[in-house]
Amino acid sequence: MEFFNTLVVILDSTIRLSIPLLLACLAGLYSERSGIFDIGLEGKMLAGAFAAGAAAAVYGSAWYGLGAAILVSGFLALVHGFASITHRGNQIVSGVAINFIAAGSTIILGQAWFSQGGRTPSLGGDSRFGAITLPFAEAVRDVPIVGYVYYELISGQSILAYFAFFMVFATWWVLFRTRFGLRLRAVGENPAAVDTAGISVTWLRYRAVLITGALCGVAGTYLALTQNAGFVKDMTAGRGFIALAALIFAKWRPVPAMFACLLFGFLDALAIRLQGTPLPLVGRVPVQFFQALPYVLTVILLAGFIGKAIPPRAGGVPYVKER
Amino acid sequence: MSAPYAKLPAWADYGLIPVVNLVVAFAVAGLVVLLVGENPFRAAAIMVEGAFGGGRNIAYTLYYSTSFIFTGLAVAVAFHGGLFNIGGEGQAYVGGLGVALVCLTFDSVLPWWLTFPLAILGAAAIGAAWAFIPAYLQAKRGSHIVITTIMFNFIAASLMVYLLVGVLKPAGSMAPQTRTFLDGGQLPKLNWLMEAFGFTVRSSPFNISFLLALLCAFLVWLLIWRTKLGYEIRTQGFSPKAARYAGIGEARIIIITMMISGALAGMMALNPVMGDQNRLQLDFVTGAGFVGIAVALMGRSHPAGIVPAAILFGMLYQGGAELAFEMPAISRDMIVIIQGLVILFAGALEHMFRPSVQALFASLSPKSMGVTAARQGDA
Repeated sequence: MEFFNTLVVILDSTIRLSIPLLLACLAGLYSERSGIFDIGLEGKMLAGAFAAGAAAAVYGSAWYGLGAAILVSGFLALVHGFASITHRGNQIVSGVAINFIAAGSTIILGQAWFSQGGRTPSLGGDSRFGAITLPFAEAVRDVPIVGYVYYELISGQSILAYFAFFMVFATWWVLFRTRFGLRLRAVGENPAAVDTAGISVTWLRYRAVLITGALCGVAGTYLALTQNAGFVKDMTAGRGFIALAALIFAKWRPVPAMFACLLFGFLDALAIRLQGTPLPLVGRVPVQFFQALPYVLTVILLAGFIGKAIPPRAGGVPYVKER
Repeated sequence: MSAPYAKLPAWADYGLIPVVNLVVAFAVAGLVVLLVGENPFRAAAIMVEGAFGGGRNIAYTLYYSTSFIFTGLAVAVAFHGGLFNIGGEGQAYVGGLGVALVCLTFDSVLPWWLTFPLAILGAAAIGAAWAFIPAYLQAKRGSHIVITTIMFNFIAASLMVYLLVGVLKPAGSMAPQTRTFLDGGQLPKLNWLMEAFGFTVRSSPFNISFLLALLCAFLVWLLIWRTKLGYEIRTQGFSPKAARYAGIGEARIIIITMMISGALAGMMALNPVMGDQNRLQLDFVTGAGFVGIAVALMGRSHPAGIVPAAILFGMLYQGGAELAFEMPAISRDMIVIIQGLVILFAGALEHMFRPSVQALFASLSPKSMGVTAARQGDA
C-alpha cells in the first residue's frame, strides 16, 4: 500500500507537470501540421504566463488572466505568421526572435509595472485556477485503489488540466474528422495541391498559427495561475522545447502527443522524487540525468533508432504561388 | 506580391537594407523603453556613453565583442553551408570544458603562451565534437539539425551542471566551479593596446583572445571565399542539388561545416574562462551563443559585417550594464529584447522593406532597375 500511495503521488505530480507541456505540444501540432515550424512555443508560453499573471493581479480574476494570455500569445503568433507566411521569412529565425523578445520584455515590463524583481504580485483565491473537486470524490475516497485514484488523480485538478485532456481528443477529431483538419494536414504536406483546389494557403496557415498562439496562451496561464501563484521570470524554463521534443516524439499526432507529454512529465516528477535517494542496483542517479533524458530520447528518436519521425513535408518551406 | 525580388544595386543590398532593418528594430526597442516610462533618446545616449565614454568602457565593450565575434562566425559558417546551427550556446559551454581541462593540467608547468595554443585546441576540439553528433545525425540519419542542436544545448547544460557540481569542483568547496587557474592558465590583458591609443584602463577583462577572434574572422573569410572547401560549402548552401550534381559529398560537407562551426563556438569559451574569470563556472556563456545568431544575420554572414555587428552587440551589453545603473527600470534584459528584434527584422523579416526600397529606386531611376524592360516584357 505504501508503494501504491507513492505511485499515486508521483502520477499526480506527473499530470501537473505534463499539462503545460501537453497544451504547448498541441499548440505546436497545429502550426507544424500546417507547414509552419514553430520553435517559438517557449516564448509564446512565457509571454502568455506573464500576461496571465499581470492581468489576474490587476483585475483579480483568473479569467481575465486567461484572456490576456491568449491575446498576447496570439499576437506573437501573428508576428510569427506575418514573418513566415506573408513575408516568407525563415521560420526558425522568426521563432528564435520571438523567444528572445518574450524573454526580455516579460522581465522588463514586469519590473517596470510591479517592481518585484520581474515577478508579478502573488495571487490567491479567484485570481487563480484552483483545484476542482469532482462529484463524489470525497465519498469514494476510502474505497481502496479505485476510489483513491479517483480522489487523488482524476479529481482535484484545475479546469485547465481537464481542458488540456479534452483538447487532445478535440484535436484528434478536428484533424482527422473535419474538413478543416483535412485541409490543414494537406497544406502541411503539399500546399500547391491545396492552392489548386481553390483554398487559400495563407488563410489556412494563419488560422493554424492563431490556434497555436491561443493554446500557448492557455499553457502559460496554467504555469502562472495554477502551478504557481503568479508569474516568475523565465518560468517556462525550456518547457516549450520539451513540448517540441514531445511533438516530434509523438510524430505530430495528438494522442501519442499526450503520452509523450505524460512520459516527459513522469521523468520530471521522478527526478524531483528521487533527488538524493539511491536506486537499487545503479546507486544514486544524478538529477541532471533525468533532466537531460527527454532531450536525449528525442535525439535518438530523430536519428531513427526507435521508429522514424517524419515531419510534415512542406514544413519550414514558405509557399510561393508562382513557380 | 510573390514575384521574385528584383536586383538592387549592391550598396543598397548590403548597406541600405540592413541599416533600414536595424533602424526599425531599434525604433521598436525604443517603444518598449517608452512603455516602461523612460525617454528612449536619453537611454540611447547613456548606452553609447557607457560603451565608448572612456578607456575602461571601450575595453569592456571589446571584451564582450570578442565572444560575439566567435559565436557570430560560428553561426555564419553554418549559414554558408545552408545549415542553421542554433547550438552555439551548448558548443561554447562544453568548449569551456576543453579550456578548463587544459588549464587545470598545465597551468603549473607551462607558461601562458604554451597553454594558450593547447587551450585553443581543447576548446575547438570539444566544441567541434559537440557539433559533430548533430551533424552526423543530419548527414547520415536525416534528423533535423535545428532540433538536434537545440536538444544538445540542453544536454550540454545538464552535463556541465553535473560536472561542475560533482566532478570538477575542488574538494571542500561549495561553489559549483573549478579551482582558479594559476598564472600559466591566465591570458594576458590587452590594456597596453588601449593605452597605446591614449586611453587609461585600470582594470578590464579585455584580453588577448580578441586578437585571436580577429584572426579567426580573417581565416573564415579565407576559408569561405578563397579555398576549394569554402566553395563547396557555399555551393552546398546555395543549392544542394547543384552540389550533388557537381559531385560534392553532401554528408562530408555537412559534417565538416558543422565541426568548423562548433570549433569556432567552442573557442568563444577562451575569452571568459581563460581571459577573465580564470576558472570554469556555471553559465559562463550567458547567451553569447544566441547573440551569435543576431550577429551573423546582421553581418550578412560575412566576417567584414560580423566584426562590426559583434562590436555593436558588445556596445549593447556594456552600455546596457551602465544603463541599468542610470535607469533602474531598464535592466540588462533590454538587450535580450533588442537582440530578438534584430533577429526578427534583420533575419525573419529581412525582405519586408525590400519592395518599398525597390519601388523607391524604380521611381528614382527606372533605367537602372530594368523596369522599362520588364514592362515591355509584360505587354
